[in-house]
Amino acid sequence: MLIYTLKRVVQGIVTVWFIATATFVAMHAVPGDPLADQRATTEQIRRNLQARYGLDRPLIEQYGIFIGNTLKGDFGISFTQENRRVNDIIFESFPVSATLGVLAVVFAAFGGVVWGALTAIYRNRLPDHIITFLVILGISVPSFVVAALGQLALVDINAWLGFSLLPIAGWGSVRHMIVPSMVLGLGTMAYLTRLMRSSMLEITGSDFIRTARAKGLPPTRIFLKHQLRNAILPVVTVLGPAIAAITTGGFVVELVFAIPGLGRSFVQSVQQLDYTVIMGTTVFYGAFLVFMVIVVDLLYGLIDPRVRLE
Amino acid sequence: MSKQPEYRDPMSRTAVRQLVWLGAAGTGAFIALMVALAWASSLTGGSAGGGAGIDFETKTITIVIEDEPPQLDSTRVTDTISFRILGHVMEGLLKYDASNQVVPGVADRWEIRPEGATFWLREDARWSDGKPVTAHDFVFAWRKVVDPVNASQYAFILYYVKNAEAINTKKIPPDQLGVRALSDRVLEVEFERPVAFFDKLVTFGLYFPIREDFYASRGDRYAADAGDLIFNGPFMMTRWVHGAHVRLEKNPRYWDRDAIRLNAIDMPYVTADATAVINLFKDGSVASAGLGNEQLDEAMKLRWNLGRYDDGSLWYLDFNFRPDRVTRNLHLRKALQLVNDPGELVNKVIAIPGFRPAASLFPSWLTGISGPFRQEYPPPAVTPDVAKAREHLEIAKRELGLTDIPPLVLLTDDSPTANKQAEYFQSLFRRTLGLEIRIDKQIFKQRLQKTTDGDFDIVSAGWGPDYADPLTYGDLYASWNGNNRGLYSNPALDAQVRIAQNSLDPQVRMKAFAEIQRIMIEDAVHLPNYERGRVFVQDPRLKGVVRRAVGTDPDYTNAYLVENP
Amino acid sequence: MNAVERFTPLDFEPAVIERQVHAISRPSLSYWQDAGRRLRSNWRASASLAIIVGLVAFAIAGPWVWRVDPAAQDIDQISQAPSLPSTALIVEPSAPWAGVTTEPIRAGQAVTNLHLAESATTQTVRLAWEPVLGATGYVIYRSIYDPAPDRALGLPLGDVLGAQRASYEDRLDLDPTRYWYSIVVLDASRAEHDEYTTLVVDAVRAVSPEEAVARGWASDTAALGVGDRITLPFHPLGTDYLGRDMLARLGYGARVSLFIGVVAPLLFVVIGIVYGSIAGFVGGRVDQLLMRFAEFVIALPFLLFMILFKIAFGVGPGESGVFPMLVALVILDWPPTARLVRGQILQIRQEGYVSASQLLGAKTGYLLFRHMIPNTLGVILVTLTFAVPSAIFTEAFLSFIGMGVAPPTPSWGSMANEGIRTMLSHPHELIFPAVFISVAVLAFNVLGDGLRDALDVRMRGRE
Repeated sequence: MLIYTLKRVVQGIVTVWFIATATFVAMHAVPGDPLADQRATTEQIRRNLQARYGLDRPLIEQYGIFIGNTLKGDFGISFTQENRRVNDIIFESFPVSATLGVLAVVFAAFGGVVWGALTAIYRNRLPDHIITFLVILGISVPSFVVAALGQLALVDINAWLGFSLLPIAGWGSVRHMIVPSMVLGLGTMAYLTRLMRSSMLEITGSDFIRTARAKGLPPTRIFLKHQLRNAILPVVTVLGPAIAAITTGGFVVELVFAIPGLGRSFVQSVQQLDYTVIMGTTVFYGAFLVFMVIVVDLLYGLIDPRVRLE
Repeated sequence: MSKQPEYRDPMSRTAVRQLVWLGAAGTGAFIALMVALAWASSLTGGSAGGGAGIDFETKTITIVIEDEPPQLDSTRVTDTISFRILGHVMEGLLKYDASNQVVPGVADRWEIRPEGATFWLREDARWSDGKPVTAHDFVFAWRKVVDPVNASQYAFILYYVKNAEAINTKKIPPDQLGVRALSDRVLEVEFERPVAFFDKLVTFGLYFPIREDFYASRGDRYAADAGDLIFNGPFMMTRWVHGAHVRLEKNPRYWDRDAIRLNAIDMPYVTADATAVINLFKDGSVASAGLGNEQLDEAMKLRWNLGRYDDGSLWYLDFNFRPDRVTRNLHLRKALQLVNDPGELVNKVIAIPGFRPAASLFPSWLTGISGPFRQEYPPPAVTPDVAKAREHLEIAKRELGLTDIPPLVLLTDDSPTANKQAEYFQSLFRRTLGLEIRIDKQIFKQRLQKTTDGDFDIVSAGWGPDYADPLTYGDLYASWNGNNRGLYSNPALDAQVRIAQNSLDPQVRMKAFAEIQRIMIEDAVHLPNYERGRVFVQDPRLKGVVRRAVGTDPDYTNAYLVENP
Repeated sequence: MNAVERFTPLDFEPAVIERQVHAISRPSLSYWQDAGRRLRSNWRASASLAIIVGLVAFAIAGPWVWRVDPAAQDIDQISQAPSLPSTALIVEPSAPWAGVTTEPIRAGQAVTNLHLAESATTQTVRLAWEPVLGATGYVIYRSIYDPAPDRALGLPLGDVLGAQRASYEDRLDLDPTRYWYSIVVLDASRAEHDEYTTLVVDAVRAVSPEEAVARGWASDTAALGVGDRITLPFHPLGTDYLGRDMLARLGYGARVSLFIGVVAPLLFVVIGIVYGSIAGFVGGRVDQLLMRFAEFVIALPFLLFMILFKIAFGVGPGESGVFPMLVALVILDWPPTARLVRGQILQIRQEGYVSASQLLGAKTGYLLFRHMIPNTLGVILVTLTFAVPSAIFTEAFLSFIGMGVAPPTPSWGSMANEGIRTMLSHPHELIFPAVFISVAVLAFNVLGDGLRDALDVRMRGRE
């Protein structure tokens, strides 16, 4: 197990290096001057700016400097937020996104497993139809709609109650976390519901379940220990990248609920061609993703003893 | 298969019970996790949300900022959000009052002469740490702006000061800048060339003071956090959680502190989503919100108090005058000019009160000699005339030697408003002139690149004023101006710009601007579309907020609260 | 004892087959035939198939039946809800109005004699009033609700400066509805007085003959007399934010959305299956390498690479690049499916029948296609279901930033995105494309379920 983990970590580092290099090349290949702004600047001012950010050096040298700094854990200074270090940006906004993301995933995971199993049990009956309908409707509207409706619902609830039950935007307390994390998790929950349903239907008809029932095992044991545990595997597979994606991709929710997370930096940095932030967030996300995948794969081996990790 | 419905057998009933337990456990885990994470984040100093939009007890108002202020170093600032905050926490030699007249700021007396200016600073101007604001602070800051190492993008706004441009282009050292502190209280400025509106220029953020010893003590962390700044304006920044929260509180050391009636301006929400801001207003969490055209009906239904103001900017379609472009042809441009109907665009498509159909390079808010410029010097009228436009189009085709005009590329940015307008123009030009317009949507940086490279036929553009003088628009199409992206070059126009730049006689200058205005229309240099306005809703108990085309906007410096409006 | 004694030699004669007990009365069915039969008998799946065929027919034949240009902007009927066709009155073309300027005689806090200078139409509303002494100007408000009693004056349309200016022309977004116009006097310090004067105005939809021809509502001005009524273009499903017919846009949009929404997911799911099953089955170093590459692709910043693809494919400005977008979507979206399939394969690999098959001499390809992949169908179908709307909205996003289809070509995804802004005021702009997307996704989903049930080996032989 330990050797396997070590091997994976080494592979992970190599993967992250590839990600960083590919992004670096792509970033410089895309047209657009990261230092250009609405107002034209004179040639001299442009040259001053380029010197300040080290963009006047040859590309290879810039790459070398970047790799060197990354190994030291320093991603440089942001181009757009000119007095902030990229490290600070990431380390201040990541915990927020992580909190939001973890809560969203917990919400999605529990919700997905429960609703999915329910639709499998009540297959082709009314509960299945209702839940499936809601799921399909939910994924057929843009994510903005869900977030906007969620916020609107809060405004109406607060108005009806006459006091502010839950804040409709912002961050900083438990009450701020509830609705945004649920809204963020809804999409993944829909996916997990369907996944769980399909997985459960297969497992339920399979031989070992029939054997267990024939053996006369108590239903409680069968369900939790056998059915659920096996059906959950695809959910676990999906969860790894899902956590990474949700944590960094909560752009819409962060925008609508005014949450100072990492998702906004991701999108805005590409729009602004903020080189340092793009590189910093991409490397960070890559490392985080690789880490989550390793964790999930290890979990996989734990849950299903048949799966041997090489 | 005859068997019991699956959900009725004991296996399934157990399953459902266990699922309910699982769901309850999940909810419990969710709540526990939330509490744990909230506690953990409070250890690292998170920010608690805001209170009500208006708080009478603490005399605090809560508003939204669109984005994290990128740059609070006044020598390097470029964006509107940072300018707005700096306009509240810093003060320059002079400032604007509620009716947009230039009034004393740090300087309580000043004198402007053709070759220079002198400013006498007041005795009681103080920094937030108690030390006095001196002329040396201005000298230090202005030298920093033009210092090439500082790479300030707005350095050109100081080029009116002697030697500024030479310093900025690395020809001479910064201490040669034409500004000196004759004493702690007297600042003397030498001009590079006569400038009639220097008093308006010094209200601009780049001219704000910075204290040298404080700057040196912070090194390259100056303006990185609230603790890395000192303030000489009506407010000070007491809290800055990046991307989350900015808080301004009344500066007890400000010389005019008795005139400041608000105690704090709290900005605990950072979002650019207009609907979220309106929801916050509905919820009573913020004191004002901007409205788009989709929200007007609801605003009226909710019986909100609406306000409107001119944001001072002009929006237009620019042409490409490079040698290989068909838009170089005058008749083609005249054809487009004669089908362009700003009235229809503003009244039917944009449909927000406050927008004005544009008729000239110079927007309506600019003052001329004693009244509005456009009243004293009305532009030549252009009435839409499709038949005449088609005639021009035929002439253009003949001159260019083409049977058909090839598809024209309209470069635009990726915002919904830009998209809507681009589609409108696409349809308009096709319907009236049979021209095919291809919409080239680009994200910000790529659009800038394409504009600089000249990779467009028509580009939708806008220009906001830097100072309250027609020259801020007048020199846009001078052939040496980097913002003249289409590379329009007309010696007659250039000559008029030089006159306006160098003369001190208002009559002469305004006549020059009028001539520029005439050339712009006769030569169809660009197609003016609209002067942008804004509609907003504000809590009626908040009064005294000033909205401006030039200068700090919105300005809460003189705002106050009224219990029963 | 007795039974034995009763036996006769006849009892020991060999038995004769007298009748067919187990006769094969129908031809035997292969796996596929059985699957097809089960699919057809599943009424939900059949209904979904019919819906899908209907949508495709709508996409292909719709524009032929409903011949309205989806790009034609009916500026006078912007964001109109679905309704019956409306009519407009033909009027004289409105001459430019210089307004009214009179010297004020009375002093006062509010204007008097607020009236219409001519009848109010949706082209223009011209107000005039009696000015007051001491005013520095007047502010004009308009609301669609009565401002009394709490002074909710509505939209501040504009202001006129100068005490003698006694008129205002309103052309802003006039609908044929009732308006309350209010005039407020500005005092010496340019502040508003509390008092106001209101006028109720019912605007009538009207148009001049020249404009009617220019908009294409009539062919020739001679046929239009002042006072006639002319019918405006009919928009059964309403119009969007630029007055374009929703039904036409939905029809044209179906082409793009159905194409992308079906082809892209199919493509990247197929790639994902192949990739994932090879990784899962072969295992070892190959598996590790393949999976790390998949993670690499997931971690790349999407937007950045999309911009790069756009340039790499040489899509010209304003041209529709559907194919490059398809390629880009597929290239960047296959890893999650691959991971999922690999996970399933890892599980299935341990099953008994796989080892049995291998012992019997089955080759890898046969194992994968005949045994393992059909058992991953459940997971694959779920992925496909979600991939469809995901592809539709990704396409909308890409078109929005300049990749994909160029304006004015519509697609359901971009129509839904545009409809978000008017979600509360004109919900039909969002509801219609969202409904179409939902129906398509639901149909594919139910069909997929039916397919999975039909192809499920375990259910073979059962109804």
